[in-house]
Amino acid sequence: MNIIVCIKQVPDTADIKIDPVAKRLLREGIKSMINPFDMYAIEEGLRLKEKLGGKVTALTMGPPQAESALREAVSLGCDEAILISDGAFTGSDTLATSYALSCAIKKIKDYDMIFCGKQSLDGDTAHVGPGIAGHLNIPQIVNVRKIQDIKEGRVTAHRMTEYGYDVLEAELPCLLTVVKDINVPRLPSLKGKMKAKSTAITVWKAADIQAEENRIGAKGSATEVWKVTTSPARPQGKIFEGEGAVDQLVLTLKGLMK
Amino acid sequence: MSEISEYKGVWVLCEHRRGIIQPVTYELLGKARELADKLGCEVSCLLLGVKVKDKAQELIHRQADKVYVVDDPRIEHVLEEPYTRIVSDLIRKHRPEILLLPATSLGRSLSSRLAVELKAGLTADCIGLDINLEDRCLLQTKPVFGGTIMTTIVSRTHRPQMATVRPKAMKEGVCDPQRKGVVEVLELQESFFSSRVKVLDVVDEVASTIYIMDANVIVSGGRGMVKAENFKMLEDLAKVLNGAVGASRAAVDEQWIPYSHQVGQTGKTVCPKIYIACGISGQIQHLVGMQSSDTIIAINKDPSAPIFKVANYGIVGDVFDIVPRLTKRFQEDL
Amino acid sequence: MIDYLLNDQQIMIRDLCRQITDEKIRPAAAEYDKNEKFPWDIVKVIAQADLFGVYIEEKYGGMGGGVFELCLATEEFSKGCAGIALCYSATALGAYPLILYGSDEQKQKYLPAIARGERLAAFGLTEPAAGSDASALQTTAEKQGDHYILNGVKHFITNGGDAEIYTIIAMTDKEKGARGASLFLVEKGTPGFSFGKKEEKMGIRASSTRELIFNDCKIPKENLLGREGMGFIAAMKTFDKSRPGIGAQALGIAQGALDEALKYAKQRKQFEKSITSFQGIQWMLADMATEVEAARALVYASAREVDAGKKDIGSHSAMAKMYASDVAMKVAVDAVQIFGGYGYMREYPAEKYMRDAKITQIYEGTNQIQRNIIAAGLIRDSVR
Repeated sequence: MNIIVCIKQVPDTADIKIDPVAKRLLREGIKSMINPFDMYAIEEGLRLKEKLGGKVTALTMGPPQAESALREAVSLGCDEAILISDGAFTGSDTLATSYALSCAIKKIKDYDMIFCGKQSLDGDTAHVGPGIAGHLNIPQIVNVRKIQDIKEGRVTAHRMTEYGYDVLEAELPCLLTVVKDINVPRLPSLKGKMKAKSTAITVWKAADIQAEENRIGAKGSATEVWKVTTSPARPQGKIFEGEGAVDQLVLTLKGLMK
Repeated sequence: MSEISEYKGVWVLCEHRRGIIQPVTYELLGKARELADKLGCEVSCLLLGVKVKDKAQELIHRQADKVYVVDDPRIEHVLEEPYTRIVSDLIRKHRPEILLLPATSLGRSLSSRLAVELKAGLTADCIGLDINLEDRCLLQTKPVFGGTIMTTIVSRTHRPQMATVRPKAMKEGVCDPQRKGVVEVLELQESFFSSRVKVLDVVDEVASTIYIMDANVIVSGGRGMVKAENFKMLEDLAKVLNGAVGASRAAVDEQWIPYSHQVGQTGKTVCPKIYIACGISGQIQHLVGMQSSDTIIAINKDPSAPIFKVANYGIVGDVFDIVPRLTKRFQEDL
Repeated sequence: MIDYLLNDQQIMIRDLCRQITDEKIRPAAAEYDKNEKFPWDIVKVIAQADLFGVYIEEKYGGMGGGVFELCLATEEFSKGCAGIALCYSATALGAYPLILYGSDEQKQKYLPAIARGERLAAFGLTEPAAGSDASALQTTAEKQGDHYILNGVKHFITNGGDAEIYTIIAMTDKEKGARGASLFLVEKGTPGFSFGKKEEKMGIRASSTRELIFNDCKIPKENLLGREGMGFIAAMKTFDKSRPGIGAQALGIAQGALDEALKYAKQRKQFEKSITSFQGIQWMLADMATEVEAARALVYASAREVDAGKKDIGSHSAMAKMYASDVAMKVAVDAVQIFGGYGYMREYPAEKYMRDAKITQIYEGTNQIQRNIIAAGLIRDSVR
């Protein structure tokens, strides 16, 4: 079972700061981490490998420093790590990003399953996983909270819905996006960390993955940012105190519910 | 590619549950009507499913001018492959300039596959939509990082302009039983329906309660609830307020309540009218999932808990005392 | 914090232990403390992270570090919960006699499972009538052919009942007093070896403490560690090397209490300002921070001295244990004071550090015994 896990390096939520003038995220000096949902994707990939054999390849697209996210993936047990990084990717929207990742996956070629986190916490789109499946023309199961079975070239998985879950069976190769319920991610091991330090991270440029120039980066994107605004800070709230606090809250709630 | 000016009309994909049209569809239709009026074009709705034909009129009443219906047992459930084939085929034929889908889990999944198929621009989870009249572009506004930043996205060069829209963000289309429209029922050939994914079972888990994304009121509990049994009092309050129960990650990790109720970074992003946080300290990972709620009410015994920084109203006190009293007060009044 | 110039592997150990502490230990600490539950879940996490083997030679499945690495790990875990940290460090204490006196065969047999964290270890010296006076041991080991027969009771044994491998001191020749003691390996499940009730403790409540009861317990003679009669000296040598570990546990408690006190002081407002703006609080924090740093310097230096293979390390390791544990007690008490009324409440973290700190002044030689060791070394050296 050859497994590819697509991950993204994102700024640490607890550390988010916004440039009030440029109205964008301050990236300098901000701690970064692997996107939380992607940790579940890595874990599920590792568990399948431990059960069925094979290998897990971590794949990401990003600037050179995204390498540290891949090293973390290796420290958790991923066997290989590939970074696609090129100035030409700058400004990619989800369409261009999923295209670029699909090109890298076509180059990796030999795979049975692709795991992605449900969505990234900075982009928050949940588009890239399904987009990759679209570009590769393989089936997809999103929001997977349990893999029930894998046999005879098929995977049976539980897709979380707004109302409960669907039990779906898909042909392999297949792309799955996972939610938090699926597992509890492991922590790295000391041996893993030592391996991660010495592992060579493969870096591919746009040309290495035969990505068409007009389908990547800003040029290959179908959307662009028109305007960014910061939301006004929430006004200082009112604290109800003393014996009448509950009464005041009841009155307030009734007013709001009218 | 055809000229951008050849694309006309605003389309909406109908979300329904076993033929029951979900409120988010009416919200999309309401918004679509507004956009179509600005653009001077029609609103069309796509209705896919089984035994849904007779629901088309309902969509017309809710402001659709035209409804395309595919009624077939093979698409009883939402599966990305046949849905992508059917919708992309219709779009290639009719060339709408805008396609709106609900930002539900399946809406998001389908929209992305569809955008790849059509090489269209797609924006996720919009809470604001408008038209730039200069160039007829759709201005798609979405919150980033729990609403600390609002980004407006445009797709100038690609059509259709696709957006998924967050439930509860738009007003429902006015229901007018007198409205007339066109219903076109399509018969599609076999090849449209093939899928490499099969549905083995569909399991309802939250049938008896209001689904958290649809709720106007969410009563949410955190670590301060101490144990699973105490969530009962949140359910009671939610019930009298006709709301749903939410939870912080801590409460879910303690297995006091299932993951489907989790609000926040690794759970759901919600924006109800009223969000009542009980015994939730307000870690940033939680706040990003709920701070765009209209009104936030915090009940926590720690006055320095960060939840009070985002709360419009708060009580510093014991949830186990305050929540039952609130429930009782509302029960008495109803 | 002073830069102690850790190497890459040491930094990795520290960071990994810190991550485990933040993500797994700290959120669960209050629960384990309240229910006196043995933290198997966390033992599993530590095992999976390869951390049970940091001080064990690579040829026995470890990571090839020493007492210093063990101290780094123990310090980090103790910041979150000294009781949970003790399950870890008491295993090292149980393993050390084996590392120091075991044959290659004995090490091959037992160390890899300890390094993998599959089997916990424990050290059994203390008896109801033999605490600080370790020479008053009553437990006997009588040689009968290919076996030894153990009889007697050990008490207050950390990891007792949960560990699977025990290193036990028993008298092989009572006539000879301290020189008649020997060291044995006993596995859980050996007939005649049972456990008394679990003690209810003031602090370190996640850690288990039980009596070990030997009733005609028959063990093969291959389970003798070293030679007959070396038991007492082996125990003392083991303590010389293990004391920095207790120092590290105390250091972690002190640092953890300081961190909590600082965090609380920053957000606590009185008289309309943060209490950190008051000099009374500032001075307390300054003293706490300085004492913690001094304790760390002593613990790290003595651990490094042990690893460097120096002789006559006994009084330095005694200083490290004694000083760090006295600091832990004082800093934890001060942390409770800074928390004020909240500090006295179970719901806030301060009081647990105070309860946990106390034992570090008592076990593995009370601090009075440590002073004896230090003074004896001082006087002996001055004669030379």
